Amino acid sequence: MAGQSDPHLSIFSALEVEFLAEDETMEIVPNMRMDALHMICGDFGPFFPQIATKVPLWLAVTLKKRGKCTIRPPEWMSVEKLTQVLEAERESPREFQPLPFHYVEISRLLFDHARDDIPEIYMVRSLIEDIRDVRFHKVETGLETISARTHAVKLKNLSAMEVNIVRPFIVRALQAFYKHDSPEMIPQPDATGDNRPPVANRGPRFCVCPSARPAAKIDAKNCVYMIIWCCLHLPCCSHTVTKEAILRGQLKGST
Amino acid sequence: MASGSEEAFWTEEDAQSLAETTDVELLKRAWRNEKAAPEILSFQANLVQRSREQIQLLEETVEELSGNASDDLIISLYQMDLDRALFLLRSYLRVRLQKIEKYMLHISKTQLWNRLSEQEQKFAEKCTDIMEKHLQQSVLARLPYGYQSILKQSISSEEDDMVPEPQLDTFVFCKSKGSVGAFQLDDTGDEIVDLVADDLYVLRYKSIKGLVEGGQIDLV
Repeated sequence: MAGQSDPHLSIFSALEVEFLAEDETMEIVPNMRMDALHMICGDFGPFFPQIATKVPLWLAVTLKKRGKCTIRPPEWMSVEKLTQVLEAERESPREFQPLPFHYVEISRLLFDHARDDIPEIYMVRSLIEDIRDVRFHKVETGLETISARTHAVKLKNLSAMEVNIVRPFIVRALQAFYKHDSPEMIPQPDATGDNRPPVANRGPRFCVCPSARPAAKIDAKNCVYMIIWCCLHLPCCSHTVTKEAILRGQLKGST
Repeated sequence: MASGSEEAFWTEEDAQSLAETTDVELLKRAWRNEKAAPEILSFQANLVQRSREQIQLLEETVEELSGNASDDLIISLYQMDLDRALFLLRSYLRVRLQKIEKYMLHISKTQLWNRLSEQEQKFAEKCTDIMEKHLQQSVLARLPYGYQSILKQSISSEEDDMVPEPQLDTFVFCKSKGSVGAFQLDDTGDEIVDLVADDLYVLRYKSIKGLVEGGQIDLV
């Protein structure tokens, strides 16, 4: 159990975000004839040469790789549209412009696999990079306004990849503020000394895991228990090493 | 009368959204929520069952196609679709198993137990058994009397203070599907958020727990 538990359980990897983006619909123009595909994720086709049809991005990229179609870049990926978005993005410091939820991943996949289908690709690419930079700058300045009073952060129109990148930081910042703001954290003068186990004042004193528990004044018996606690709760403690340490601690305690 | 018409409106919308979303889409949503939520959510038994059947059906189709020497391209496209669906399903089940491993003691003594599927319950039972035995043999049996419980620090602890619990106070990113309306964030009621369609918020999981379970809001 201890070895396998993943401390970042809830965080998506970049590849997983890309996987989600690959289900977005794209328009392609096939150059071959193929019957309709009845797939788990939906029915697509039939495909006729020169007749545009809609398929998920992963299917479009696969066909493109085999030279069976050209991909029509989505409307928002034109120089004209992106210039507008970039301008609006610069003008409104407190808002994000509406772009597809997966715009980073879609554009990235198309740049990688369908570069000859995108008109003015260098311009489009640098515009998208600029837009990303402006948006990240906004997120960063927005972070400065987080305080103990923050119960909610509104990030309308932030895209999937952007969410994924800022998630660890925002969540930890909010959590830290929330924790230090909660009434339990304000020390109660009479309770602080008493919530240790009663044996805490006897025997030799030494500290095992200062980061695990504040004010850890512990005797040998509790020390053993602390290590078990660490082994159960902290993914950073390796299980085998801890076991040895426990046995050693136990020896010390009994002599 | 009014409630009747409202009900009719809902079922119509439900039917529409059902027709529009495939099971893959639903599975993706379940997977995303499960990955982003700190605690274990209800097992989507029907959805998993349906996805399994579709995967099996497509597996048979692929086999049949490769048997009668059809176009390689079509076979590989179907195979890709199959792999994607399989990945989603596996990852969904795996995330749940990870959560069960992490919080098995907590899950088995709370209402969360009912959210597990039958197999998951069996897994949790066995896993708890093995864990207990292991800790008992390697450590607990050698400890002095009073410190031998797997659930408590010492005999003087009033509650089970050695059971890892999911942190419901954590913050999550969520997206509203439709308009949820004004929504109270904390118990005191001085923090209110108005959730309109397609809004993206970072909120405390505890306060939106009900909305996630009710499917009104998606975690991203």
